[in-house]
Amino acid sequence: MSALIDLSYIAASILFIYGLKALSSPATARKGNLISAVGMLIAVVATLFDKHIIGYQWILAGVLIGTAIGAIAAMRVPMTSMPEFVALFNGFGGIASLIVGWAEYERNLPSWTQGVPHGGDTPIAFTATAIYLAVLIGGVTFTGSMVAYLKLSERISGKPFLFGGQQIVNGVLLLAVLGCGIAYAVAPADTYWLFMLAIALSFVLGVMATIPIGGADMPVVISLLNSYSGLAACAAGFIILNTVLIVSGSLVGASGIILTMIMCKAMNRSLGNVLFSGFGSVTAKKSGAAAQGEAKALSPEDAYYVLEAAQSVVFVPGYGMAVAQAQHVVRELGEALHKNGAEVNYAIHPVAGRMPGHMNVLLAEANVPYEQLVEMDAINPMMDSVDVAIVIGANDVVNPAARQDESSPIYGMPIIDVDKARSVFILKRSMASGFAGIDNPLFFAENARMVFGDAKATVQSLLAQFKEN
Amino acid sequence: MLLLLLFTFVLAIFLGFELISKVPSTLHTPLMSGSNAISGITIVGALIAAGETDSGWVSYVLGTAAVAFATINVVGGYLVTDRMLAMFKSKQGGGKA
Repeated sequence: MSALIDLSYIAASILFIYGLKALSSPATARKGNLISAVGMLIAVVATLFDKHIIGYQWILAGVLIGTAIGAIAAMRVPMTSMPEFVALFNGFGGIASLIVGWAEYERNLPSWTQGVPHGGDTPIAFTATAIYLAVLIGGVTFTGSMVAYLKLSERISGKPFLFGGQQIVNGVLLLAVLGCGIAYAVAPADTYWLFMLAIALSFVLGVMATIPIGGADMPVVISLLNSYSGLAACAAGFIILNTVLIVSGSLVGASGIILTMIMCKAMNRSLGNVLFSGFGSVTAKKSGAAAQGEAKALSPEDAYYVLEAAQSVVFVPGYGMAVAQAQHVVRELGEALHKNGAEVNYAIHPVAGRMPGHMNVLLAEANVPYEQLVEMDAINPMMDSVDVAIVIGANDVVNPAARQDESSPIYGMPIIDVDKARSVFILKRSMASGFAGIDNPLFFAENARMVFGDAKATVQSLLAQFKEN
Repeated sequence: MLLLLLFTFVLAIFLGFELISKVPSTLHTPLMSGSNAISGITIVGALIAAGETDSGWVSYVLGTAAVAFATINVVGGYLVTDRMLAMFKSKQGGGKA
């Protein structure tokens, strides 16, 4: 029986891997997700045959509650709320791993107090270390994700929260966690209270690590927390010596780390800078080469005439499009332009929005075919031949200061080169600067026109003109 | 046994890097919610904790809670990923452009 269970775990791992592989193209991705879900089902069913499991009533209760909550939430959540939804669920994964670690500790404790390992011959210190890691990482993932959830859903301010001596407090916390861990791993049978303290500390650490991070840096944080939730599962796998936990936990861990690196690279900042600098908390001081000049406003009526003649149009969406809920009218305008003979594309910066791929999901929901969603590196070489680039609710990711102004805080960050298009329309409420609080010389460029007003209303008015004519 | 598990861990990390670096940025959000669902694999540990009868009531309560949280993660994660991926349409199939 035990061999059969192990074989099922191998099958489950293969299905997870296969499912992730299918994610390499939108055409196969949905099937891949299904395959991965089948893998999970196999793993769960196989586990139910484990000889350690005798009672099923508690399991049934837990599964029923979890399924009901999970299914209802997944069906109801609107696509615009996806970042906070992912953060919330990530937190649940973290707390589950923490509780597994805690339950395993309770289970092992009677044997450990007599100085023998609980079943098998794994050294006590090994299991204790794995338990500690699962609890620690799980706890940080849980509270960190909750803070991210609160920030993303704007239940608390998305601004970085900083106070004097923050680094010192965090340093002390980290040392305390490390100290607790070593003391616990050496004598886990006599340090119950240290273990409880560690749970509390991990919670505090998760909060402290996430509060200094501002709204637009959230893509990095969610990716990182995603990685943690995998690593916590992985640690749980080392407690119960289970390969499927270790394999899938590592896959998720690696996935989160890669996304984190991609996000950091797209902002040209190190992970340390994102996590600790409180970027965006202070308005950047005006540099000597501050953008000067006069922004030229354009009415939607005049904008229409330019668009009507355009052969090639690129939309550059940002978080502002999500806030204005403008994705559906943007798609309609795209279709109208297409009918008018223009080539239409959507250029998406890796960190546009509040999580990796945020804009893509919104535009896909609005029925934009995925062939038109173009990555930054693919669109930039074509930018010279674009007639009109329409920037909707994006700011820092199209700021040419990142290319030209060495004193700019975002200097070196890869951007979408909309300034190289023949003309640029910037749909914006006002001249206010973006999240990073940096002037945007794009607004004063020769080929740039500001179309002031609510982005959705502006697009709607453009669309109405296309329909009339 | 322990070394073998560590070996598995290292190999899986490398495999993860290989697999994930091939995922296009268009699919990064479904990748996150999907991998989130996979991290719900911790449910395996939760099931064992909740199903063992030789441990005290503390383990029961903890085990049941862990099963519930992990199930939310698994069920919700896969469903929402499926919902999202269903929206990604090609020009040929269903897209209206």
